[in-house]
Amino acid sequence: MSAPAALELEDVHKSFGHLEVLKGIDLAVAEHEVVCLIGASGSGKSTLLRCINLIEPIDSGRIVVAGREITARGVDVNEVRRGIGIVFQAFNLFPHMSVLENVTLGPRKALGLERAEAERQGLELLGRFGLAERRDDYPDRLSGGQQQRVAIVRALAMQPQLMLLDEVTSALDPELVAEVLSVIRELAESGMTMVIATHEMSFAADIANRVCFLDQGVLLEEGPPEQIFRSPANPRTQEFLQRIIAAGRL
Amino acid sequence: MEGDRRSRILGGMSGDARSVTIALVSTLVFFTALGFVVTNAPGWPEVKSAFFDPTVFRDSFPEVLRAFWRNIKIFCIAEVLILVFALLIAVLRSLPGPVFFPLRALTIVYTDVLRGIPTVLMIFILGFGAPALAISWLPRDPIFWAVVALVLVYSAYVAEVYRAGIESVHPSQDAAARSLGLTRGQSLRHVVVPQAVRRVVPPLLNDFIGLQKDTALVALIGPIETFRQAQIDTAATFNFTPYTAAAVVFVLFTIPLARLTDWLNERSRRRRAAAGIAA
Repeated sequence: MSAPAALELEDVHKSFGHLEVLKGIDLAVAEHEVVCLIGASGSGKSTLLRCINLIEPIDSGRIVVAGREITARGVDVNEVRRGIGIVFQAFNLFPHMSVLENVTLGPRKALGLERAEAERQGLELLGRFGLAERRDDYPDRLSGGQQQRVAIVRALAMQPQLMLLDEVTSALDPELVAEVLSVIRELAESGMTMVIATHEMSFAADIANRVCFLDQGVLLEEGPPEQIFRSPANPRTQEFLQRIIAAGRL
Repeated sequence: MEGDRRSRILGGMSGDARSVTIALVSTLVFFTALGFVVTNAPGWPEVKSAFFDPTVFRDSFPEVLRAFWRNIKIFCIAEVLILVFALLIAVLRSLPGPVFFPLRALTIVYTDVLRGIPTVLMIFILGFGAPALAISWLPRDPIFWAVVALVLVYSAYVAEVYRAGIESVHPSQDAAARSLGLTRGQSLRHVVVPQAVRRVVPPLLNDFIGLQKDTALVALIGPIETFRQAQIDTAATFNFTPYTAAAVVFVLFTIPLARLTDWLNERSRRRRAAAGIAA
């Protein structure tokens, strides 16, 4: 690779108290690449994403975004976060703001856009994902699927170079999952670089350029989805996928 | 909804004619009995003429009411200052990180001490103490110092109410705001505090009912407000009825606030219930 990777993790460690959640993660994500993180609950997927967004400080190692080390001393955390969008499992929309206000808060306050300009961009994005007519609704008036789509738009409104999706369909009723996945698929097709923690294995198989299996804080195996899902090399990956298949999730 | 509440006050049954009748009869019996006991007390004739003299009431009520304007003025000025000052205290106390420890410690000491000092003492200390310092640029107006005392005491309470509100906003809200690149201050200002304040409006109003009554304590350092006016009228007529008039004035002002508080509590309870179902 000649151009610097969109995202590089080098030997990233993170502990909560005595519990070591990430035990030396190495990962490189190229521009426009979609990487899916799979693994059991508690394997460290969410923590990894939160570390990349600097919500959680790492204990050691390096995280480099587009050639710039964001875990170095003296880096402006807020500036880094403006370029990295994250979407959470529980949506975390601001309940006291309308859809449009949710979407424009970041651009207005963090990027310093005028309200009119932020709203113009926000409406354009909402329209792109079929949410324009909900602009004045408050989050509690929306379905879970709509809330999660608004949360994705809110992150996109910052025009990030990198999107992190943390089990964004796990809190949704099954019939609402598809609308959110189709939004993510459209993002992937538009060339957005993404790291996606997910339990939706068939979706991962479909959308990912690469699948990484995390187990107890270690990146055990990675490769193209067909390789990971059809012929996993590591016995623990095999065991995990067996359980997923047994649960009817693949 | 209105019928809902009425029926609960009247006994919790569906507000049908029978429960209304029972409520009316039991109320009538209770207050008749109470009235009978009071009016048959050996000292009742004296108490009646001392506290419930209609002529004295008629004469003193307008004066007491006029003096009440001063209470309202003190109340309004103090309330605005308390809302701002207490929020500042609460925000300082919720700042994370070791750097802000001295500020946090200061706010903890402040809320502990000021909640411990009786309001009367605070008014005395400032009302008599501060002017006695004879510092030329300090105001000597007792009302000024009374307002300062009320602001200091009530801010300690209100700051705790705010803090409870701030802590009730889930950390994921702050995380969502910070993940957009908002600074800690921006997240507090646009995301955390607005949600916190909405949640604590009913308890805040409750504190303000207390504040409204405590404006009467200002009388103790001189200014003529409702209570002091009633005292003067009492001294002039050798009759306590002006105190009754003052009590009536305070109650008339408090009842709308109390109803508003109840209504807001009820509304936020309904909203929480609705949100709970949605989530």
